[in-house]
Amino acid sequence: MTSSPNPAFALSRRDAVKALLADRKDTLVVTGLGSASYDVHAAGDRDDNYYLWGAMGAAALVGLGLAQAQPKKTVLVVTGDGEQLMAFGSLATIAVAKARNLVIAVIDNGHFGETGMQTSHTGRGLNFADVAASCGFAHTATLTRIEEVKDLARGLGGAAEGPSLFVIKVATENPPRSLPPRDAIFIKNRFRASLDLAPS
Amino acid sequence: MSKAGVVRSAPDPESAPVPGGQWPRAIYDILKAFDVRHMSYVPDAGHSTLIKLLNADPEVTSNVLTTEEEGVAIAAGAWLGGQRSVLLMQSSGVGNCINMLSLPVIARFPLLMLVTMRGEWSEFNPWQVPMGRATQPALEAIGVRVMRADAASDVIETVESAATLAYGADQQIAVLIGQRLLGKKKW
Repeated sequence: MTSSPNPAFALSRRDAVKALLADRKDTLVVTGLGSASYDVHAAGDRDDNYYLWGAMGAAALVGLGLAQAQPKKTVLVVTGDGEQLMAFGSLATIAVAKARNLVIAVIDNGHFGETGMQTSHTGRGLNFADVAASCGFAHTATLTRIEEVKDLARGLGGAAEGPSLFVIKVATENPPRSLPPRDAIFIKNRFRASLDLAPS
Repeated sequence: MSKAGVVRSAPDPESAPVPGGQWPRAIYDILKAFDVRHMSYVPDAGHSTLIKLLNADPEVTSNVLTTEEEGVAIAAGAWLGGQRSVLLMQSSGVGNCINMLSLPVIARFPLLMLVTMRGEWSEFNPWQVPMGRATQPALEAIGVRVMRADAASDVIETVESAATLAYGADQQIAVLIGQRLLGKKKW
Protein backbone atom coordinates (compact mmCIF):
# COMPACT_ATOMS: atom_id res chain seq x y z
CA MET A 1 0.00 0.00 0.00
CA THR A 2 1.14 3.54 -0.54
CA SER A 3 2.62 5.53 2.29
CA SER A 4 0.77 8.45 3.89
CA PRO A 5 0.39 11.56 1.69
CA ASN A 6 3.59 13.53 1.46
CA PRO A 7 3.26 17.20 0.50
CA ALA A 8 6.47 16.92 -1.52
CA PHE A 9 4.70 14.49 -3.88
CA ALA A 10 1.69 16.62 -4.82
CA LEU A 11 1.84 17.41 -8.55
CA SER A 12 -0.33 15.58 -11.04
CA ARG A 13 2.11 13.73 -13.30
CA ARG A 14 0.06 14.46 -16.42
CA ASP A 15 -0.06 18.18 -15.63
CA ALA A 16 3.67 18.21 -14.88
CA VAL A 17 4.71 16.44 -18.09
CA LYS A 18 2.32 18.52 -20.17
CA ALA A 19 3.85 21.68 -18.71
CA LEU A 20 7.36 20.33 -19.24
CA LEU A 21 6.68 19.77 -22.95
CA ALA A 22 4.54 22.84 -23.57
CA ASP A 23 7.31 24.93 -25.12
CA ARG A 24 9.66 22.22 -26.39
CA LYS A 25 10.03 23.50 -29.98
CA ASP A 26 12.47 21.11 -31.71
CA THR A 27 13.60 19.36 -28.53
CA LEU A 28 13.93 15.60 -29.14
CA VAL A 29 12.22 13.47 -26.50
CA VAL A 30 13.05 9.95 -25.30
CA THR A 31 10.70 8.29 -22.81
CA GLY A 32 11.32 5.52 -20.30
CA LEU A 33 9.02 2.53 -20.21
CA GLY A 34 5.80 2.71 -18.23
CA SER A 35 4.02 5.81 -17.02
CA ALA A 36 6.57 8.25 -18.46
CA SER A 37 5.81 6.97 -21.96
CA TYR A 38 2.06 7.30 -21.33
CA ASP A 39 2.46 10.80 -19.89
CA VAL A 40 4.44 12.05 -22.91
CA HIS A 41 1.98 10.41 -25.31
CA ALA A 42 -0.94 11.99 -23.43
CA ALA A 43 0.70 15.41 -23.85
CA GLY A 44 0.59 14.90 -27.65
CA ASP A 45 2.06 12.25 -29.93
CA ARG A 46 4.88 13.54 -32.11
CA ASP A 47 7.26 12.05 -34.66
CA ASP A 48 10.22 13.29 -32.65
CA ASN A 49 9.19 11.32 -29.57
CA TYR A 50 11.04 8.05 -29.07
CA TYR A 51 9.02 5.83 -26.74
CA LEU A 52 10.54 2.84 -24.99
CA TRP A 53 8.26 -0.05 -24.04
CA GLY A 54 10.96 -2.24 -22.52
CA ALA A 55 14.74 -2.43 -22.04
CA MET A 56 14.34 -0.95 -18.56
CA GLY A 57 17.19 1.43 -17.81
CA ALA A 58 17.70 2.42 -21.44
CA ALA A 59 16.06 5.84 -21.54
CA ALA A 60 18.84 8.13 -20.28
CA LEU A 61 21.43 6.20 -22.30
CA VAL A 62 19.45 6.30 -25.54
CA GLY A 63 19.25 10.00 -24.78
CA LEU A 64 23.03 10.20 -24.43
CA GLY A 65 23.72 8.46 -27.75
CA LEU A 66 21.14 10.66 -29.46
CA ALA A 67 22.54 13.83 -27.89
CA GLN A 68 26.04 12.93 -29.07
CA ALA A 69 24.83 12.21 -32.59
CA GLN A 70 22.72 15.41 -32.72
CA PRO A 71 24.84 17.97 -30.86
CA LYS A 72 22.82 20.92 -32.18
CA LYS A 73 19.53 19.65 -30.74
CA THR A 74 18.42 19.45 -27.15
CA VAL A 75 17.51 15.93 -26.04
CA LEU A 76 15.02 15.59 -23.18
CA VAL A 77 14.69 12.22 -21.47
CA VAL A 78 11.43 11.80 -19.57
CA THR A 79 11.52 8.75 -17.32
CA GLY A 80 10.34 7.44 -13.98
CA ASP A 81 12.24 6.92 -10.77
CA GLY A 82 12.08 3.13 -11.12
CA GLU A 83 13.39 3.17 -14.69
CA GLN A 84 16.24 5.49 -13.77
CA LEU A 85 17.10 3.40 -10.69
CA MET A 86 17.80 0.47 -12.99
CA ALA A 87 20.45 2.56 -14.74
CA PHE A 88 22.03 4.10 -11.67
CA GLY A 89 25.52 3.85 -13.17
CA SER A 90 24.35 5.66 -16.29
CA LEU A 91 24.55 8.91 -14.35
CA ALA A 92 28.31 8.38 -14.01
CA THR A 93 28.61 7.54 -17.71
CA ILE A 94 26.57 10.58 -18.76
CA ALA A 95 28.42 12.89 -16.38
CA VAL A 96 31.84 12.00 -17.77
CA ALA A 97 30.49 12.16 -21.34
CA LYS A 98 29.66 15.84 -20.59
CA ALA A 99 26.81 16.03 -23.10
CA ARG A 100 25.66 19.64 -22.74
CA ASN A 101 22.52 19.09 -24.78
CA LEU A 102 21.10 16.29 -22.61
CA VAL A 103 18.40 16.97 -20.04
CA ILE A 104 16.96 14.19 -17.89
CA ALA A 105 13.62 14.67 -16.16
CA VAL A 106 12.91 12.01 -13.55
CA ILE A 107 9.15 11.93 -12.94
CA ASP A 108 9.41 10.77 -9.36
CA ASN A 109 6.38 9.38 -7.53
CA GLY A 110 8.56 7.39 -5.14
CA HIS A 111 7.00 4.13 -6.26
CA PHE A 112 7.20 1.34 -8.81
CA GLY A 113 3.91 2.27 -10.42
CA GLU A 114 3.68 -0.47 -13.06
CA THR A 115 4.10 -3.38 -10.72
CA GLY A 116 1.78 -2.75 -7.79
CA MET A 117 2.96 0.61 -6.45
CA GLN A 118 5.68 -0.68 -4.15
CA THR A 119 7.76 2.06 -2.51
CA SER A 120 10.95 2.72 -4.49
CA HIS A 121 14.35 3.93 -3.31
CA THR A 122 13.35 7.54 -3.93
CA GLY A 123 10.26 6.95 -1.81
CA ARG A 124 12.62 5.82 0.91
CA GLY A 125 14.71 8.99 0.76
CA LEU A 126 17.15 8.74 -2.17
CA ASN A 127 17.31 11.95 -4.19
CA PHE A 128 18.40 11.66 -7.81
CA ALA A 129 19.28 15.33 -8.04
CA ASP A 130 21.87 14.84 -5.29
CA VAL A 131 23.20 11.70 -6.96
CA ALA A 132 23.51 13.44 -10.32
CA ALA A 133 25.24 16.44 -8.71
CA SER A 134 27.74 14.11 -7.03
CA CYS A 135 28.42 12.45 -10.38
CA GLY A 136 29.20 15.81 -11.95
CA PHE A 137 26.02 16.91 -13.71
CA ALA A 138 26.18 20.63 -14.41
CA HIS A 139 22.60 21.47 -13.49
CA THR A 140 20.39 19.62 -11.00
CA ALA A 141 17.30 20.48 -8.99
CA THR A 142 14.25 18.94 -7.35
CA LEU A 143 10.97 20.52 -8.46
CA THR A 144 7.74 20.20 -6.49
CA ARG A 145 5.60 23.04 -7.89
CA ILE A 146 4.10 23.49 -11.34
CA GLU A 147 5.62 26.99 -11.64
CA GLU A 148 9.07 25.44 -11.30
CA VAL A 149 8.27 22.96 -14.06
CA LYS A 150 7.08 25.79 -16.30
CA ASP A 151 10.33 27.67 -15.66
CA LEU A 152 12.30 24.58 -16.62
CA ALA A 153 10.19 24.18 -19.77
CA ARG A 154 10.85 27.76 -20.83
CA GLY A 155 14.59 27.27 -20.37
CA LEU A 156 14.81 24.07 -22.45
CA GLY A 157 17.28 24.48 -25.27
CA GLY A 158 19.21 27.21 -23.49
CA ALA A 159 22.95 27.17 -22.91
CA ALA A 160 24.15 24.51 -20.47
CA GLU A 161 27.58 23.78 -19.03
CA GLY A 162 26.98 20.03 -19.11
CA PRO A 163 24.26 17.43 -18.64
CA SER A 164 21.23 18.33 -16.52
CA LEU A 165 18.96 16.27 -14.31
CA PHE A 166 15.74 17.49 -12.78
CA VAL A 167 13.61 15.50 -10.38
CA ILE A 168 9.93 16.35 -10.67
CA LYS A 169 8.07 15.07 -7.63
CA VAL A 170 4.58 13.88 -8.52
CA ALA A 171 1.66 12.28 -6.69
CA THR A 172 1.24 8.53 -6.53
CA GLU A 173 -1.56 7.91 -9.00
CA ASN A 174 -2.38 5.87 -12.06
CA PRO A 175 -4.08 8.10 -14.61
CA PRO A 176 -5.80 6.40 -17.58
CA ARG A 177 -3.18 4.91 -19.88
CA SER A 178 -2.37 6.77 -23.07
CA LEU A 179 -0.58 4.20 -25.16
CA PRO A 180 2.04 5.03 -27.79
CA PRO A 181 2.50 2.62 -30.72
CA ARG A 182 4.28 -0.56 -29.67
CA ASP A 183 5.88 -1.26 -33.06
CA ALA A 184 9.50 -0.43 -32.27
CA ILE A 185 10.64 -0.34 -35.89
CA PHE A 186 7.85 2.06 -36.84
CA ILE A 187 8.70 4.38 -33.95
CA LYS A 188 12.40 4.26 -34.83
CA ASN A 189 11.88 5.03 -38.50
CA ARG A 190 9.30 7.72 -37.79
CA PHE A 191 11.75 9.39 -35.41
CA ARG A 192 14.63 9.18 -37.91
CA ALA A 193 12.43 10.57 -40.68
CA SER A 194 11.72 13.60 -38.48
CA LEU A 195 15.48 14.26 -38.61
CA ASP A 196 15.55 13.72 -42.40
CA LEU A 197 17.36 10.41 -41.91
CA ALA A 198 16.57 7.39 -44.11
CA PRO A 199 14.75 4.46 -42.49
CA SER A 200 17.92 2.39 -42.48
CA MET B 1 32.76 -0.64 -49.19
CA SER B 2 35.89 -1.16 -51.23
CA LYS B 3 38.76 -3.28 -50.05
CA ALA B 4 41.11 -0.43 -50.83
CA GLY B 5 39.14 1.87 -48.54
CA VAL B 6 39.25 -0.60 -45.70
CA VAL B 7 42.96 -1.00 -45.25
CA ARG B 8 44.81 2.27 -45.15
CA SER B 9 47.77 1.84 -42.90
CA ALA B 10 47.68 -1.88 -42.09
CA PRO B 11 49.34 -4.24 -44.57
CA ASP B 12 47.16 -5.51 -47.42
CA PRO B 13 45.51 -8.66 -46.05
CA GLU B 14 45.41 -10.18 -49.51
CA SER B 15 49.17 -10.25 -49.83
CA ALA B 16 50.51 -10.26 -46.31
CA PRO B 17 49.06 -11.97 -43.25
CA VAL B 18 48.34 -9.49 -40.47
CA PRO B 19 50.82 -10.09 -37.68
CA GLY B 20 49.28 -10.93 -34.30
CA GLY B 21 49.94 -7.47 -32.93
CA GLN B 22 48.37 -5.65 -35.89
CA TRP B 23 44.78 -6.87 -35.84
CA PRO B 24 43.47 -4.09 -33.54
CA ARG B 25 44.80 -1.56 -36.05
CA ALA B 26 43.10 -3.49 -38.85
CA ILE B 27 39.78 -3.35 -36.96
CA TYR B 28 40.26 0.38 -36.45
CA ASP B 29 40.78 0.87 -40.18
CA ILE B 30 37.64 -1.13 -40.97
CA LEU B 31 35.58 0.94 -38.53
CA LYS B 32 36.90 4.13 -40.11
CA ALA B 33 36.10 2.85 -43.59
CA PHE B 34 32.53 2.14 -42.42
CA ASP B 35 32.26 5.72 -41.10
CA VAL B 36 31.87 4.63 -37.49
CA ARG B 37 32.28 7.81 -35.46
CA HIS B 38 30.90 6.71 -32.14
CA MET B 39 31.99 4.02 -29.70
CA SER B 40 31.41 2.78 -26.16
CA TYR B 41 33.49 0.40 -24.11
CA VAL B 42 34.15 -1.37 -20.90
CA PRO B 43 37.92 -1.89 -20.96
CA ASP B 44 39.51 -5.23 -21.66
CA ALA B 45 43.20 -5.96 -22.05
CA GLY B 46 42.45 -7.56 -25.42
CA HIS B 47 40.86 -4.32 -26.64
CA SER B 48 43.41 -1.93 -25.18
CA THR B 49 45.07 -1.01 -28.49
CA LEU B 50 41.76 -0.49 -30.29
CA ILE B 51 40.43 1.61 -27.39
CA LYS B 52 43.59 3.77 -27.53
CA LEU B 53 43.23 4.28 -31.28
CA LEU B 54 39.55 5.22 -31.05
CA ASN B 55 40.04 7.44 -27.99
CA ALA B 56 42.81 9.32 -29.79
CA ASP B 57 40.70 9.92 -32.90
CA PRO B 58 39.12 13.40 -32.81
CA GLU B 59 36.43 12.23 -35.25
CA VAL B 60 35.21 9.56 -32.83
CA THR B 61 33.02 10.16 -29.77
CA SER B 62 34.02 7.69 -27.04
CA ASN B 63 32.07 6.66 -23.96
CA VAL B 64 33.54 4.72 -21.06
CA LEU B 65 30.75 2.71 -19.43
CA THR B 66 30.10 1.52 -15.90
CA THR B 67 28.48 -1.66 -17.26
CA GLU B 68 28.23 -3.08 -20.74
CA GLU B 69 24.46 -2.86 -21.30
CA GLU B 70 24.73 0.91 -21.19
CA GLY B 71 26.52 0.74 -24.52
CA VAL B 72 23.68 -1.20 -26.15
CA ALA B 73 21.28 1.64 -25.36
CA ILE B 74 23.79 4.35 -26.29
CA ALA B 75 24.35 2.72 -29.70
CA ALA B 76 20.60 2.74 -30.33
CA GLY B 77 20.43 6.42 -29.46
CA ALA B 78 23.34 7.22 -31.75
CA TRP B 79 21.59 5.49 -34.64
CA LEU B 80 18.35 7.37 -33.89
CA GLY B 81 20.45 10.47 -34.43
CA GLY B 82 22.12 9.16 -37.59
CA GLN B 83 25.44 7.82 -36.33
CA ARG B 84 26.98 4.38 -36.49
CA SER B 85 28.32 3.14 -33.18
CA VAL B 86 30.48 0.21 -32.10
CA LEU B 87 30.52 -1.47 -28.68
CA LEU B 88 33.65 -3.07 -27.20
CA MET B 89 33.64 -5.45 -24.25
CA GLN B 90 34.96 -8.65 -22.76
CA SER B 91 32.88 -11.84 -22.84
CA SER B 92 31.98 -11.49 -19.14
CA GLY B 93 30.13 -8.30 -20.05
CA VAL B 94 27.83 -10.08 -22.49
CA GLY B 95 25.91 -11.48 -19.55
CA ASN B 96 25.16 -7.94 -18.38
CA CYS B 97 23.66 -7.03 -21.75
CA ILE B 98 20.94 -9.60 -22.27
CA ASN B 99 17.72 -7.71 -21.43
CA MET B 100 19.03 -4.48 -22.96
CA LEU B 101 19.56 -6.35 -26.23
CA SER B 102 15.75 -6.48 -26.46
CA LEU B 103 16.01 -2.91 -27.75
CA PRO B 104 18.15 -3.42 -30.88
CA VAL B 105 16.59 -6.83 -31.54
CA ILE B 106 12.95 -5.69 -31.46
CA ALA B 107 13.58 -2.26 -33.01
CA ARG B 108 16.07 -3.59 -35.59
CA PHE B 109 18.82 -1.17 -34.66
CA PRO B 110 22.18 -1.85 -36.28
CA LEU B 111 24.49 -3.22 -33.58
CA LEU B 112 28.13 -4.24 -33.82
CA MET B 113 29.63 -5.70 -30.67
CA LEU B 114 33.30 -6.68 -30.63
CA VAL B 115 33.78 -9.13 -27.79
CA THR B 116 37.16 -10.37 -26.58
CA MET B 117 36.84 -13.86 -25.15
CA ARG B 118 37.90 -15.15 -21.76
CA GLY B 119 37.40 -18.55 -20.19
CA GLU B 120 37.94 -20.69 -23.26
CA TRP B 121 41.64 -21.03 -24.21
CA SER B 122 44.62 -21.17 -21.84
CA GLU B 123 42.44 -19.62 -19.16
CA PHE B 124 43.99 -19.64 -15.70
CA ASN B 125 41.04 -18.08 -13.83
CA PRO B 126 38.16 -20.49 -13.19
CA TRP B 127 35.79 -17.57 -12.54
CA GLN B 128 35.99 -16.65 -16.22
CA VAL B 129 34.86 -20.06 -17.40
CA PRO B 130 31.08 -20.02 -16.80
CA MET B 131 30.40 -16.78 -18.68
CA GLY B 132 32.92 -17.71 -21.36
CA ARG B 133 30.89 -20.87 -21.94
CA ALA B 134 27.58 -18.96 -21.90
CA THR B 135 28.62 -16.06 -24.15
CA GLN B 136 27.63 -17.45 -27.54
CA PRO B 137 24.44 -19.30 -26.47
CA ALA B 138 23.25 -16.28 -24.46
CA LEU B 139 23.72 -13.94 -27.42
CA GLU B 140 21.98 -16.34 -29.76
CA ALA B 141 19.13 -16.89 -27.31
CA ILE B 142 18.25 -13.17 -27.28
CA GLY B 143 18.54 -12.95 -31.08
CA VAL B 144 22.04 -11.61 -31.73
CA ARG B 145 24.00 -13.29 -34.51
CA VAL B 146 27.45 -14.50 -33.51
CA MET B 147 30.54 -14.59 -35.72
CA ARG B 148 33.93 -15.77 -34.53
CA ALA B 149 37.51 -14.77 -35.32
CA ASP B 150 40.04 -17.21 -33.89
CA ALA B 151 43.10 -16.32 -35.94
CA ALA B 152 44.61 -12.99 -36.91
CA SER B 153 44.04 -13.84 -40.56
CA ASP B 154 40.26 -14.16 -39.85
CA VAL B 155 39.84 -10.85 -38.11
CA ILE B 156 39.67 -8.52 -41.08
CA GLU B 157 37.19 -10.52 -43.13
CA THR B 158 35.05 -11.34 -40.12
CA VAL B 159 34.82 -7.78 -38.80
CA GLU B 160 34.24 -6.41 -42.29
CA SER B 161 31.46 -8.89 -42.89
CA ALA B 162 29.96 -8.19 -39.46
CA ALA B 163 30.06 -4.42 -40.07
CA THR B 164 28.31 -4.88 -43.42
CA LEU B 165 25.59 -7.00 -41.80
CA ALA B 166 25.15 -4.55 -38.94
CA TYR B 167 25.25 -1.21 -40.73
CA GLY B 168 24.06 -2.36 -44.14
CA ALA B 169 21.46 -4.97 -43.23
CA ASP B 170 20.33 -3.60 -39.83
CA GLN B 171 21.40 -6.75 -38.03
CA GLN B 172 22.59 -7.23 -34.46
CA ILE B 173 26.00 -8.86 -34.63
CA ALA B 174 28.58 -9.89 -32.07
CA VAL B 175 32.08 -10.77 -33.23
CA LEU B 176 33.75 -13.01 -30.67
CA ILE B 177 37.51 -12.56 -30.83
CA GLY B 178 38.94 -15.86 -29.62
CA GLN B 179 41.17 -16.08 -26.60
CA ARG B 180 43.60 -18.13 -28.67
CA LEU B 181 44.16 -15.03 -30.77
CA LEU B 182 44.50 -12.76 -27.76
CA GLY B 183 47.07 -14.94 -26.07
CA LYS B 184 47.56 -15.70 -22.41
CA LYS B 185 46.94 -12.88 -19.98
CA LYS B 186 50.27 -11.72 -18.59
CA TRP B 187 50.71 -11.04 -14.87
